Amino acid sequence: MSDKEIAVETQGLTKIYGKGNTEVIAMLDVNLTVRRGEVVALLGPSGSGKSTLLTAVGLINPPTKGKVMINGILVLDGPDVFLNLTTFRRNHIGFVFQKSNLIPFLSARENVQVALELNGLTGRTARKKAMSLLDYLGMSDRGDNFPAMLSGGQQQRVAVARALANRPSLILADEPTAALDSVRGRQVMELFSKVAHEQNGAVIVVTHDHRALDVFDLIYEMEDGKIRKKED
Amino acid sequence: MNLAVKDIRHNLGRFALTSFGIGMLLMMVMGMVGIYRGMIEDATLLIDNLGADIWVVQNNTRGPFAEVSRVPRNLLDRVAVIPGITNAREFIYHMIQRERDGKPLRIGVVGLSWPLDKGEWLPLIAGRSLSQAHYEMVADQTLGIPLGEKLRLGKETFSIVGITKGMISSGGDGLAFFTVKDAQLIQFDTPGEAVRLERASRLERGAKADIGLSQPSLLERALGPSSSIPALGPPMISAVIATLHSSFEPSTVVSVLSGWRDVSVYTADEQRQLMLKGMVEMARKQIGLFTALLTFISAIIMALILYTLTLEKVHEIALLKLIGAPNRVILSMILQQAIFLAMAGYGIAYLAGRKVFPNFPRRVILLNSDLITLALIVLGISIASSILGIYKAVSVNPNEALAG
Ligand SMILES: Nc1ncnc2c1ncn2[C@@H]1O[C@H](COP(=O)(O)OP(=O)(O)O)[C@@H](O)[C@H]1O
Ligand SMILES: [Mg+2]
Repeated sequence: MSDKEIAVETQGLTKIYGKGNTEVIAMLDVNLTVRRGEVVALLGPSGSGKSTLLTAVGLINPPTKGKVMINGILVLDGPDVFLNLTTFRRNHIGFVFQKSNLIPFLSARENVQVALELNGLTGRTARKKAMSLLDYLGMSDRGDNFPAMLSGGQQQRVAVARALANRPSLILADEPTAALDSVRGRQVMELFSKVAHEQNGAVIVVTHDHRALDVFDLIYEMEDGKIRKKED
Repeated sequence: MNLAVKDIRHNLGRFALTSFGIGMLLMMVMGMVGIYRGMIEDATLLIDNLGADIWVVQNNTRGPFAEVSRVPRNLLDRVAVIPGITNAREFIYHMIQRERDGKPLRIGVVGLSWPLDKGEWLPLIAGRSLSQAHYEMVADQTLGIPLGEKLRLGKETFSIVGITKGMISSGGDGLAFFTVKDAQLIQFDTPGEAVRLERASRLERGAKADIGLSQPSLLERALGPSSSIPALGPPMISAVIATLHSSFEPSTVVSVLSGWRDVSVYTADEQRQLMLKGMVEMARKQIGLFTALLTFISAIIMALILYTLTLEKVHEIALLKLIGAPNRVILSMILQQAIFLAMAGYGIAYLAGRKVFPNFPRRVILLNSDLITLALIVLGISIASSILGIYKAVSVNPNEALAG
């Protein structure tokens, strides 16, 4: 597997919240490499720093120290920013989170379409592409429904479709199955695996759910801000 | 895809309610501005419509509207012969308050110089202008007296031959138009008993005076009508109004008349200023200030409504940022919504106002210039308040999308 392109690499990633007495070391010296085509699980108890790592890699919560490189490009070094993060995020990273990450006033199709349009596609093309993405995820008959009319699992499928919209090299998912029953949770996990393998993207999934771990290529565990590979 | 429109369509009920609220607020402002304009317009309405270039009134008075003015009828003949005067007329104006169907009926009595002025210039909506020297009147519709009805004023009965629209006094009371003679009849109506008493006292005064002692036959006159006694003048009129020949400068005519010690002279414009600066000044300032205050407060309320709308969208904004929406996209969404809301509110205000204001007891005048100014203010407010919202939106961290 080591011959595959590196999608994301972190070096000595550290995050400290607060100062003095209230200081919390949420993440300490995290070195992580994920290649394209890999689905990686991130396990660990609550408060162990999983979300902190994910948002740092997702460029929405810059680290206190350490480097984030995506597709071989140095994007963050501690608080230093080397690129327009918004644009970079739009082009390279897709997000799926636990809940309420669809825009409530847009239909399922429009939620996907808006991501495409932000990347320059227009009108009919964006619409078609959005429909085909929904189709890919088995949601083609729900295109006109608003998020409030969809079940949790259906919402997550739409969120995955949106995350895929711009063919990102990296998909980040923070407890995407927390609100789902185990059958549907597994379906979503399998979806990530399918996406990683078929679209040649890297996927990092934070999860508590140990029942679907077999779909992952690699499993990491975090504890007290430190990361280690889980050997099985 | 237009995010502003999508949001509005998805939350149509709320949007409609909000624009209705803004609309009612704006209608209030519009109404207040209209009342202000209406007041000014009403104050000078009669002056503007009479078409008089010159007002000749009792010396040192600001009559005949701002205060009582009395000039003798023969002033008319003196004014008429001045070079440059083309159309000298008698004019009478006084307020009366009577009762009709148990309700007070206030009438601004206007005497027109029959037969020179029959009231052809009146804005009639029914009937006709005056066609005989006596016992006819043209009444404004606000008086609520229907065409053809007869109204008893003093000892005479007048039939309403015409109805005008929008002819009201500076106090908002409806005007009624009579011939000068009839207006005097109403003004100087003396009951029979008062006439008899006056004749008796006249006889008594005469009998004691030298003239009565030396010429007793004169005393018989004392018991007859006043008009048969040459020493007593006919009833007074309020003013003489006149039109100027177009080739004459008003100032030259005014300077001639200013030399007369028994009268004061005003041009039409001066007469208007007497009304605006004197009579309605306080009310005008009061309403003007209140209008300004109301506009200011409405601006604050509107800004708050629009700003709150942005605050409520913080989560959506964070989501949009998360999927890589640049600030430009978010700002235009906020700005467009603010402008949509303001426009809808303004439209509602205008349409509702057009329905509601005509039912007000006094005129509410929506001038195009005021409407445009208000529209610009509203636009300014919506932009200003979205800038506040935008300031907030820019500072939203996409991380916030993950919270909750
Ligand atoms: N914004 C923040 N400010 C202060 N402390 C934080 C903040 N976010 C997370 N933390 C702390 O950092 C630690 C790691 O949090 P997090 O990354 O959310 O853990 P996990 O996702 O594994 O539950 C926790 O102790 C948490 O309380
Ligand atoms: Mg977490």
